[in-house]
Amino acid sequence: MHYLFEPGLLSSGPVRTALIVGTVVAITSGVIGVFTVLRGQSFAGHSLADVATTGGAGAFLVGINQFWGFLAAGIAAAALMEAIGVQRRRGRDVATGVVLGAALGAAALFLYLGTLHTATTGASFTVLFGSIFVVSPDTVPALAASGVIALLVTAVLSRTLLLTSVSPDLARARGVNVRLVGIAYLGALAVSVSLAAVAIGAVLSTALLIGPSATALRVTKSPARAMAVSALTGLAVTWLGIVLAYDSYYWPPRGHGWPVSFFVVVLVLAAYLLSYARPRRRLAPRSPHEEEGCEPVSALVAPEV
Amino acid sequence: MFTGLMLNTWVAASVVAVIAGMTGFFAVLRGSTFAAHAIPNGAFAGAAGASLLGINVIWGLAVFAVGGALGIGALGTEGRGRKARHDVVTALTLVVMLGLGALFVSVSSQYAEKTYSLLFGEVFGVSRGEVLPILGLGVAAGLAIGVAFRPLMLTGAVPEVAEARGVSTRRAELYFLIVMALATSMTVPVVGALLMFSLMIGPAAAARSVTARPGTALALSVLIALATVWLSIALSYETNWPLGFFVGTIGAFFYLTGLGARTFGGDRIRSA
Repeated sequence: MHYLFEPGLLSSGPVRTALIVGTVVAITSGVIGVFTVLRGQSFAGHSLADVATTGGAGAFLVGINQFWGFLAAGIAAAALMEAIGVQRRRGRDVATGVVLGAALGAAALFLYLGTLHTATTGASFTVLFGSIFVVSPDTVPALAASGVIALLVTAVLSRTLLLTSVSPDLARARGVNVRLVGIAYLGALAVSVSLAAVAIGAVLSTALLIGPSATALRVTKSPARAMAVSALTGLAVTWLGIVLAYDSYYWPPRGHGWPVSFFVVVLVLAAYLLSYARPRRRLAPRSPHEEEGCEPVSALVAPEV
Repeated sequence: MFTGLMLNTWVAASVVAVIAGMTGFFAVLRGSTFAAHAIPNGAFAGAAGASLLGINVIWGLAVFAVGGALGIGALGTEGRGRKARHDVVTALTLVVMLGLGALFVSVSSQYAEKTYSLLFGEVFGVSRGEVLPILGLGVAAGLAIGVAFRPLMLTGAVPEVAEARGVSTRRAELYFLIVMALATSMTVPVVGALLMFSLMIGPAAAARSVTARPGTALALSVLIALATVWLSIALSYETNWPLGFFVGTIGAFFYLTGLGARTFGGDRIRSA
């Protein structure tokens, strides 16, 4: 056993907290990420994470827990993106980008002001890259509750969400308020991204959001199964990442652990590349016009990613 | 404000603005906004790696930026139903580079200020030695775009027509990503990884929403980028606040102004 786990892994308090937080994050990101990939909103997901850094930096400046900063900024940005984002994909990307740029500028300002007042320099690194080993046990209930709420919203909306993801026009014809569903979904996404930001850092939370879900959607076409596979992949990746980071304390340079985020990212990439090894099946002949906007109804299976 | 070291700053930042305005125009036209975000952002990791090895950060930036462009281009642009997969591959390429960056920064046990300035820019630290390579790379990127102007326009605006005429969309995309990567590696030390992106997207999006003519939009995009940078430097010099803050905010302001002009000016402005 000790070849794999260095001694004292499970008796360490921070590691236990990290495992619990990692589990919540992996499941939430895994399930919600499937919709993010299906809806082609990888950029929005990543931007929400980056915008969350603004909130994290602001929270650092005010002196409250980073998670609340992440959450507030994430939800505000989600609302803003949906408000100015036009429905066409290209326009939406540009609107997302402009919101992102402005928010990053504000993050720079907050971090700068923060260092002026407190003379600590490690803050920007923690905000951007996170450290799951320093999550305080007190915040765990809040983190878990947020994760459960986001998952519940997604579960309640799941059928409508699938329909609006795969064919917005069909959903509109059936009387679904596509816009409202979009906002609710972005809200859940913001919560999940904030959770991941606490665990592996805002900049890298995209890894847990997109990686496992993209892998799952390459392996299976059924959305429900994809969510399960994605959550499991996320779990495996996170746990393994935590264990490796714990072990790495004994690797060179000695006495200095490697960051969890690094291991998580590498494992996520490995999982995604592995999914290429599996032979692909085509369920239905594909139309040459299936790119944005004019999907045939027969495309009611998950698009290939 | 215009003496000694500050002169280097003005020159370097102006070159950066011209290049960002040009590449940004194509990034917005081609819908490569996410790639425009991912390449500079990921290149930051290369800079961290280079300073770990003790070599000039420009080399680290260039290697990571071009590597990222190849990763996005190679995995992301094949097959049909491209957009969703393209985004996924872009996201994964980005996080892999950032993960490496996190490792480099943590192992090198350097001061966080270095990270901060690479992410958010340190335009007031440009030395004379840095100005020349920036100028050189700037001219190279400008030439690269000038040479391929027509195929880039064609594949960006009407990909189907381009394919029918035998212009490979995929090759054009890869070419563009590499040019953007080169442009990035010289701009990151100046405006910072996170805000290189604002400088590319804000001005270009504002220009595109005011005029539909490619030539006019390109020129306007460069002009707005220049105005953004100059204003930001002056304000940052006066207030001592980070340059990135001003670049991001002014870029967003121009974009919103452009949107407003289109909304209220209607077709008159767009067809002008």
